[in-house]
Amino acid sequence: MPHSYPALSVEQKKELSDIALRIVAPGKGILAADESVGSMAKRLSQIGVENTEENRRLYRQVLFSADDRVKKCIGGVIFFHETLYQKDDNGVPFVRTIQDKGILVGIKVDKGVVPLAGTNGETTTQGLDGLLERCAQYKKDGADFAKWRCVLKISDRTPSALAILENANVLARYASICQQNGIVPIVEPEILPDGDHDLKHCQYVTEKVLAAVYKALSDHHVYLEGTLLKPNMVTPGHACPIKYSPEEIAMATVTALRRTVPPAVPGVTFLSGGQSEEEASLNLNAINRCPLPRPWALTFSYGRALQASALNAWRGQRDNAGAATEEFIKRAEMNGLAAQGRYEGSGDGGAAAQSLYVANHAY
Amino acid sequence: MAHRFPALTPEQKKELSDIAQRIVANGKGILAADESVGTMGNRLQRIKVENTEENRRQFREILFSVDNSINQSIGGVILFHETLYQKDSQGKLFRNILKEKGIVVGIKLDQGGAPLAGTNKETTIQGLDGLSERCAQYKKDGVDFGKWRAVLRIADQCPSSLAIQENANALARYASICQQNGLVPIVEPEVIPDGDHDLEHCQYVSEKVLAAVYKALNDHHVYLEGTLLKPNMVTAGHACTKKYTPEQVALATVTALHRTVPAAVPGICFLSGGMSEEDATLNLNAINRCPLPKPWKLSFSYGRALQASALAAWGGKAENKKATQEAFMKRALANCQAAQGQYVHTGSSGAAATQSLFTAAYTY
Repeated sequence: MPHSYPALSVEQKKELSDIALRIVAPGKGILAADESVGSMAKRLSQIGVENTEENRRLYRQVLFSADDRVKKCIGGVIFFHETLYQKDDNGVPFVRTIQDKGILVGIKVDKGVVPLAGTNGETTTQGLDGLLERCAQYKKDGADFAKWRCVLKISDRTPSALAILENANVLARYASICQQNGIVPIVEPEILPDGDHDLKHCQYVTEKVLAAVYKALSDHHVYLEGTLLKPNMVTPGHACPIKYSPEEIAMATVTALRRTVPPAVPGVTFLSGGQSEEEASLNLNAINRCPLPRPWALTFSYGRALQASALNAWRGQRDNAGAATEEFIKRAEMNGLAAQGRYEGSGDGGAAAQSLYVANHAY
Repeated sequence: MAHRFPALTPEQKKELSDIAQRIVANGKGILAADESVGTMGNRLQRIKVENTEENRRQFREILFSVDNSINQSIGGVILFHETLYQKDSQGKLFRNILKEKGIVVGIKLDQGGAPLAGTNKETTIQGLDGLSERCAQYKKDGVDFGKWRAVLRIADQCPSSLAIQENANALARYASICQQNGLVPIVEPEVIPDGDHDLEHCQYVSEKVLAAVYKALNDHHVYLEGTLLKPNMVTAGHACTKKYTPEQVALATVTALHRTVPAAVPGICFLSGGMSEEDATLNLNAINRCPLPKPWKLSFSYGRALQASALAAWGGKAENKKATQEAFMKRALANCQAAQGQYVHTGSSGAAATQSLFTAAYTY
């Protein structure tokens, strides 16, 4: 290592850092509205709606026509490629509607998972080919940040060293390419909640995965101040018989992050995975009330956990659009509060929750 | 990675974490008094004192017998093996004197450098053989933390990825073994200041080295909350013609740490390298006044920068004991203030003059 060859100029770094900080400004998080055509099929079939381009447009219109109340709680919206070029009923591009609210536009850039031969059903994620050119175009078309999802799973022999290494590497390449085009990369190494493992095991795996991710980012000369992390919260597997409180989840999550995520990273925007809307808000709130020192913003990048009620209220009917939008705004506001540890929940008040922290539990 | 096999019990973790936090509590730092026999030889030769075991004992006795109030600035002392078993003139063990002052006792554990063949004179560090047994014995003998110094240098093709990888790995093995024996490992990956490289280059190298160190610590299942880091500050090489202010050194240093050191690490105790006593204090102060968020304690683990004046005052003469102790106390106090960003450099125009030199949004 004789010399450093700066990957970014001072101006480029400042631009990236500013974008990242704006997205995770206090009380703000991300609406992940980047469901692929295939994912939208699942969502729409659950409410009996046909998966056409027009229906997908109408549905996103429900979300994006939210009024100014969302300005204080939504810092960014992640788009799918198709949606980036769609318009509302009045011919106004969705991108412009979002930007006019002072919200930043993001774009999903990965091209899905592919199998890793010789492993127990593990995958890596594709999308690097021509990514430099695609990012340049997206930047011109209004995107300031991007998202790339890698997937790892916990089972008897997984995640394997290969899966961890390969996914960390591909995330780092993606991040490096994004930054070259003025796009803030959201780095998403999701560890699925499938399985019967307990909270501690998820924490252990999460720490290993995140350590590998940050080593790869360092190796690839990625400017951390111009990135965001989108991890899973540390939770037990879906089939685990032990139940944990939001405070236990918060403690395990924050501990794992403190051991692996350098303070230079401006924000951690959790994915909601399979959590219900309320669970996702309660857990985020507990995370922000956790007594451990937290040097990064801890907020949300939720898909289902922001949209489930809205989707249900809409059911494909234009007449329901207003009510559906209202559902979305409500969830957005609740998560904005949770991102500041001020969400009172639909049940007990905050004080009751605070006392549930286990003081000296050694994670 | 099928299952997790916990390296430490919750009780072991708590003990390690408590020790680490005690060492760096409230602006306290570390006196690195672990000079090997050879290194003490260098120090004593400069004040024309013969390098005998008795002379080494006498000097350390003067330092360790200072007034108890030293425990406000010094949280830990690193000893060399010989010193751990030496006594004062009344026959009291040094380590007991220190413990009674509430100071945590540490021990140098590495056994010096070994060359890495095929590199441009790079080295790794020896000392892993039998380390577990040595640690167990030291713990019985009153020691609660260890120190291991890895050395990297900036030069043509250096540090090479082999040197970084190998030193990070050795540090992680050492740290893991320490923790198994109830000793808090101080992890010291020193990037030495020799050379004419500028500040930015040192920052770049320091970031690469620290990233490798923390990956290795993670791979080796080291409990970060029960460790301390002893890095170099980020500075230009000794032969660099460009001069930098303490504020520039501070910003480069904290930025590098920000990008690599997880918040779980309770404290970072800088080495002083070849810095003068005053520069070491001024830089530490600037580091603690740096506007970037600092989730770890930022303190000192100084050898020369705490002892240079004391050594000069002593000159090998017993009658200089008081002057020696005063010189040492003065530096200890100054560095404790610096570790809280409250050091006022007498002779300058005070805090305001130094504060204004921060370049607000400087992007390193």
